[in-house]
Formats: sequence, structure tokens, C-alpha cells
Amino acid sequence: MLPALKVVGANPDADLKLLGRIADWCDRYTPFVALEPPRGLLLDVTGAVHLFGSEQAMLKRILSDLGAQGFAVRGALAATPLAAMALARMRSGTVAAPGADGEAIAKLPIDALNLDPVTTHAFRRAGLKTIGQAASRDRRELTARFGARLVYLIDTAFARAESPISPRQPLPDYRVERAFAEPVATEETIRATLVGLAGSLGEVLESRGEGARRLEASFFRADGTLRRIAVETGTPVRDAQVVERLFREKLDALVDPLDPGFGFDLIRLSADRAERAEAQACDFDSDAHARREVRFLVDRLAARFGAERVLAFVPCDTHVPEAAWTALPAQRAGDFKSAWERVRGTGEPPRRPVRLFARPEPASLLRAVPGSHAFHMRWRGAQRVLTRAEGPERIAMEWWRHQDAVPARDYFRVEDETGRRLWLFRDTLTAQWCVHGAFA
Amino acid sequence: MQSETLARLRAKLAKPLGDKCARVTLGVADGALGGGLKRGALHEVFARRGHETAATGFAAALAWRAASAKTVLWIRQDYSALEFGEIAASGLLDLGIDPSRVLLLRVAKPEDALRAASDALSCAALGAVVVELAGTAKVLDLTASRRLTLACAENGVTALLLRFGAEPDASSAETRWVVKAQASPENEENWGQPVFEAELVRNRQGGTGRWVMEWSCDDGIFREAPGRAAETDRGAVVPAPCDRPAAAALAQNRRTAA
Repeated sequence: MLPALKVVGANPDADLKLLGRIADWCDRYTPFVALEPPRGLLLDVTGAVHLFGSEQAMLKRILSDLGAQGFAVRGALAATPLAAMALARMRSGTVAAPGADGEAIAKLPIDALNLDPVTTHAFRRAGLKTIGQAASRDRRELTARFGARLVYLIDTAFARAESPISPRQPLPDYRVERAFAEPVATEETIRATLVGLAGSLGEVLESRGEGARRLEASFFRADGTLRRIAVETGTPVRDAQVVERLFREKLDALVDPLDPGFGFDLIRLSADRAERAEAQACDFDSDAHARREVRFLVDRLAARFGAERVLAFVPCDTHVPEAAWTALPAQRAGDFKSAWERVRGTGEPPRRPVRLFARPEPASLLRAVPGSHAFHMRWRGAQRVLTRAEGPERIAMEWWRHQDAVPARDYFRVEDETGRRLWLFRDTLTAQWCVHGAFA
Repeated sequence: MQSETLARLRAKLAKPLGDKCARVTLGVADGALGGGLKRGALHEVFARRGHETAATGFAAALAWRAASAKTVLWIRQDYSALEFGEIAASGLLDLGIDPSRVLLLRVAKPEDALRAASDALSCAALGAVVVELAGTAKVLDLTASRRLTLACAENGVTALLLRFGAEPDASSAETRWVVKAQASPENEENWGQPVFEAELVRNRQGGTGRWVMEWSCDDGIFREAPGRAAETDRGAVVPAPCDRPAAAALAQNRRTAA
């Protein structure tokens, strides 16, 4: 019948993914974008309209921009999400006059609410053909017939009840952006733009006495792809040079590099976690200066290698050897201020090894000659003679933390014939020997 | 007049480390080193096979001495921690090193380690950078070591290259040490402080030698281990060439001495 008709299987997952990408792209109109699956997007344009002149102009622009990308798109602007969606379904391009949403949607057929077919059919059977007619019925009747949810729905459509939208992305505290008439693709331009944006963002932050702990750069590609790249810092920053340097480290280290394609037509920089940061007078305290320098280095290394790879040691209040300290990301470790407790007494040799194995490695011990002090130890497939041992130091595992009883360990410090010192323990339950670490 | 004074002051400030404190005293080895280990230079510490932990302790002690209460950045390869164990904060503390002044950077590849090291050496607020590499690294050639040397000299940060399971190769390092643990004396009850047998196989400033050093955990200094013999190959003061393997340089040194 229709030889030109092509049949393609439905793929809801791919549809949803595409919708997400369109939502990302729509980020350029307002940061407040929410998904309305299966095929809707909600944009809260409060406070963004003046950038486009008027509501009409904004709606027209959005529709034509999306249309130019080959999408069949319908849209409307109203005071409530439900009203806007009903209008978009039935009267695309409408901008409801302020305060007149009710009138605008009252004449729409009941199908515009996109209810399930049974409910729509029931309304029809009852002779309620438009939204206005349905809404004019007594609330008790509607609740009895269709349930409280439908009444709530109609209430939200007429702005009689709140209907909050949750944005897809958390809203940034501050953001600056730069749109280009012609897409830019060269690295220098991108870098210069980032410096400029960081400068203007820094001014805003400085005027409020704040700095950003997390910064995100969004690169909007001309073909609709969006790339977000974020850097985090240990202390609030607002210096443009610092921000640019961090982004340079991050961009250099990306596994899949930033691909400009046909160029970026919008670059945005947003500060997500703004925190109090007082302006600092140039001080002569070299210690404070050194600390700042080290923090900046940590931020740079974290931007390049990942925050979880730049670590600082933090003491923990436990005597279990492997838990007595932990290595936390250095950007966050500054808040911990517990004191280190040394196991070794003054004048004693080290009692804890400088290298510790992640998990104790089993070893076997044999007395060399019956009655002698020397032992043969087999570990990692090699045999060595232990010439001296110090111990035992019994360490009980913390029974109050574990569900099952963990046996105590008897630790020994041993030295082999070449002077290598190891830290062994014997499980008091299984009598299994394990190598746990090595001394210098 | 005023600007002249300012310029003089600036120059003075630019070189915060006078000649006196530009060297780290190492006790017994100071004579061969010309007063101590040079700060703001690249030094190599090689571990004898099986003595990786001793080399770790030696490098940690050197770094701590060189840093003089500034922060130490320890860059280590992931493989190294799997094979030889992770750097333990409690162990550093027992060696007399404040773990809160040590930052640890974990990297996957030697390239990353070198890249991070040259970045870190540009930060004058750091005291020392330790780069721990396991196995032979192709990227660590003469060019790479020259780059590190230059970065060290620029900001006065000391770099220590800690190598496990690798053969010494051409490099522009100031000194090169081969470290192994030293067995405790038979007759003594107490096994005492960590003792290293450190062999200085290459030295740009002077002779080479071999010493048995004891690290005093309480005082944070190296001492001559009581009752241990030390051999010093004095006499040769020819700087080791940086474009030939160290073995050749050593042989040349010996000939000069003879």
C-alpha cells in the first residue's frame, strides 16, 4: 500500500538517551531543564526570558533551533508545566498570557492532558469533552469517579496546586558563558575563552567574598553534542590563572580528548560549590604561602591524575596495625586534625614496618635444627634463614567491630641472614604464619 | 640607590638556601660528598635485589633530611605497592618522619610519575620529591633525567629517584647510591636502629665509597654504625661523565686513583 514506508522497531532506551542529549543541548536557554519521558522536555525559563527579548521570541527561537536539527518539535509556554504540555500538544507555539493559563487550556479537548485511554474514554462517555468542562465538575464527584490523583492533576494545570520541577542537573551557584557567532575550534581560542570566563567568574566571586570548590566547564558543540569537564579543589579558588591552569591539566590528561568537531558555539563556566573565602592580604608569613603553594600543587595533580590518587595520611584511633592510619584524598584531608600516636618508645628501633602488604601473605616456618634458634622461612617461593626474632607482640583484633570473632595475632620482628627485617604474625587460632610487612 | 638595595635584596631572597645549608649532612659520607648531599639536585637510590625495603627506608630518611620540615611528595607506581608493600604511615612515624608532612601520589605508569615529578619540582614549597619506580623504565633516559635535574636546580627542590629491580643506566644524577640492609652483629642482644649498607657508586663532586650507616630514628640523623667497617675510595675527584654508563665511569675513576 505504501512502498515508501519504512518500518523501524521501537527503541525506548535510545529514545531516552537522545532526549537526554537534547536536554543537555537545551541547557543553553536555561540551566533548569527537566525530562518528561517519553518525549517531552520541561524548561523553567524564569529569569531567562529577557535574554531573548520576549517570551514569544524565546519560544520561537527554541522551536526553530531544534527544528533546524531535524526534529519535529512542538512547544508552548505557560505558567504551569501541565498547562504548557497540554498547549504544546494541541496548540504548538502558544504563549499563555500571564494569569490566563486557565482560559487558555479550558477549551482544549480532554486528550490534551495525556491521561490513560480508559480515563479519557470515561470523560467522553460522561460528556466532558474539554478540560474546562472536566474541571468545572464538583471535586467530590471527580475524586469518587477517577481518584484523588486526577483532581490533583487538574489542580496543578490550573495553578491551584504546586507542581515542582526537579532539574536534571544541579543548578550551579554562579555561571558565566560566552557564545560565539562562528564556532571556535582552536586550542588557543578555547584557552583564552576559559581565562576570560574565569576572570569574570572570579570578579563575581570576589565581590561576594566567595571562592569555588568545584568548577565545571561546558563545551557546547555546534552539532549539538555537549561535553562537561569539572575540576575540584581543596580550598575555594577564584584566581583566573589558577582556574585556567587546573583546566589545562585536566584537559591534557583526558583519556578521550576534547573533540571540537566543527567547533564550539558556546562555552560556559560554572561554579558549583561556592564557599566563603576572604580576600587575603599579601602576608610575609612564608609558612602560609608555602601551604598555599602545596595546596595548589595538590589541586593540579588531582586534576591530572584524579583526586583519589593524591593522598595524605590521616591517623585513626585503633591499634589494629593496618587500620591505624588511612590515606585520604589530600584535597579533603585538611579537615582532620587528630594526633599521631607513636608505638615506638624513645631509643627503641621501629616497631611498625615502613612497607605494609595490603593483605598478609602466608609463609611457612621450620626450625632449622631441633633445639636451635634459627628458623627456615619459606615465603614467595624462596627460602631464607631467620637469624633473630623479637616478639611476640600480641595484637587482639577489635571484637566489638566484627560480627564473627577474629583471632588475635602474635607479631614477631625477624631478621634474616642478609639483614632484611620482616614483620611476621602467627594467627593464634590457625597457627598460620603470615608476612605482613617489612622494616627498613 | 634604593633600587640597587632592592635588587640586592631580591637576589638574596631568590637564593634562600645559602651555600652552608645547601647540603644535607650524612655523617660518615660527608667527606666524599664535599660536605653533604647536595640539595636541589637529583639523586638516585638503587635497591639491591631483595633489599627494596631497606632502600625505601634510606630514601625516606634522605628525603626527610633534605626536606627539613617541608612537605615531601612521594610518587609511587601502583605495581611497586603490590610487589613490595604500600608505604605505611605508622612505619614512617616510627622512623622519625612526620606522616602529616608526606603526600602520596599513586600513578599507574612511569611516564605519569615523571610528568608528576617535573610538575612537583616546580613547586618551591616542597622539600623533596621521591619517585619510586619498579622495573626498568624506557622513558627514564638521559633526557628525562636531565629535565629533572634542571627542574631541581631551578627551585631548589631535592629529587630522589628510588629504583627497584633496575640496572643503573646513563643519567645526569648528582649521586647514585646502591643500598642493601646490613645484618645485625651476632653478639648483640638488641637489634638496634635501621642499618644500611650504602654504596656510593657515582658522585659528581668527588670520590665514591661504601659506608654502613645507622639511621637514628629519635634524632633524625645518620650515624656511623658502631663497630662497622667503612671503606672509602677517596682520591678520585673527577666528576663522573653523564653520557657514558656508570660502570665505565667507575673504571675510569679507579684508573685515575691508581
